[in-house]
Amino acid sequence: MQFLNGITLLLVYQLVGEITVRLAGVPIPGPVLGMVMLFITLWLRGRTPDSVEQASSALLAHLSLLFVPAGVGMMAHFDRIADEWLPIALALLLSTVITMIATALIMQLTTRWLVRSGDSAPGGPEQ
Amino acid sequence: MTDPGLKDIWVYLSASPLLGLTITLVAYGLAYRLYLRSNSNPLANPVVTSVAMLIALLLVTNTSYNDYFEGGQFVHFLLGPATVALAVPLYQQFSRLRQLWLPVTISLICGVLIAAGSSIGLAWLLGGSLEIQMSLAPKSATAPVAMGISEKIGGLPSLTAVLTVATGITGAVLGTKLFEWFRVKDDAAKGIAMGVAAHGIGTARAFQVSSQMGAFSGLAMALSAFATALIVPWLVDWMQMLF
Repeated sequence: MQFLNGITLLLVYQLVGEITVRLAGVPIPGPVLGMVMLFITLWLRGRTPDSVEQASSALLAHLSLLFVPAGVGMMAHFDRIADEWLPIALALLLSTVITMIATALIMQLTTRWLVRSGDSAPGGPEQ
Repeated sequence: MTDPGLKDIWVYLSASPLLGLTITLVAYGLAYRLYLRSNSNPLANPVVTSVAMLIALLLVTNTSYNDYFEGGQFVHFLLGPATVALAVPLYQQFSRLRQLWLPVTISLICGVLIAAGSSIGLAWLLGGSLEIQMSLAPKSATAPVAMGISEKIGGLPSLTAVLTVATGITGAVLGTKLFEWFRVKDDAAKGIAMGVAAHGIGTARAFQVSSQMGAFSGLAMALSAFATALIVPWLVDWMQMLF
């Protein structure tokens, strides 16, 4: 019953998110707004109810399974991918590498500059 | 299939969602076992293996993607509630964020801009069509979010889903080597970079390195899902005005 309540609550937040996004005409996917609203609810309540905890860990534990049907969709795009494989493959690879390095270096530098060493932030200034 | 009985069964199965749903779960189960047996080698990512198995099966049996998706959609649908569920780890890691909120905010905004800007720019430079550029733009956000954004900015959501999965795998495979080469030592910085660049698949990899890196990666994945949804449509408008 706990699990069912949790799933129901997640769906209710998604539904409210989808409706709000459509009514307000904002360019955010409905589930993302649902996530923000659930986060605010948890924050105001100060704890995560067991039902939501159970449903969310069950869904997130198998997150990669949920990508599979979309991945199989590749077969519907074979032609396009074959036509433009070079820009697709290179842009994807290089952009992922650049993003990974740049984000890590920015985070490392800003942590050193902005967080006082006395706070001993995780992995803070050391060198 | 000369036996009329078998043929009848096949006609029933190919028209029913039961088959698509079942083969999705069976393929993933096999792929996951293979992944564990390879000592969680990032190259044996269960998404890659199960997608490959399913595509091969559909091609051999001459089944269309639409027929398969009749059943696959039940799994696909759960991406929505799973996105909402990200609020839970985000809330649970919120206290760690307090201390680092300013560096995290700056890195997140820069990371999301670089991810989208560099993929549009590189695809354009290499002669990719506008549709490809737009399908690549949200590739670093988690799949349901990336697909929603892709649809809004004129990409192909199903192609974006494929590219998003490929991005996650690329990040998960290369991440730790890149951090070594560029001397990134903070677990917080590694985690944030994994989550921003390689979403859920990168986060799964980060948890194998250390729980702290995994926690920061999960946090970055959830926050960048939101930031990407806010920033990318605006960035695309702005880039199109400029060029």
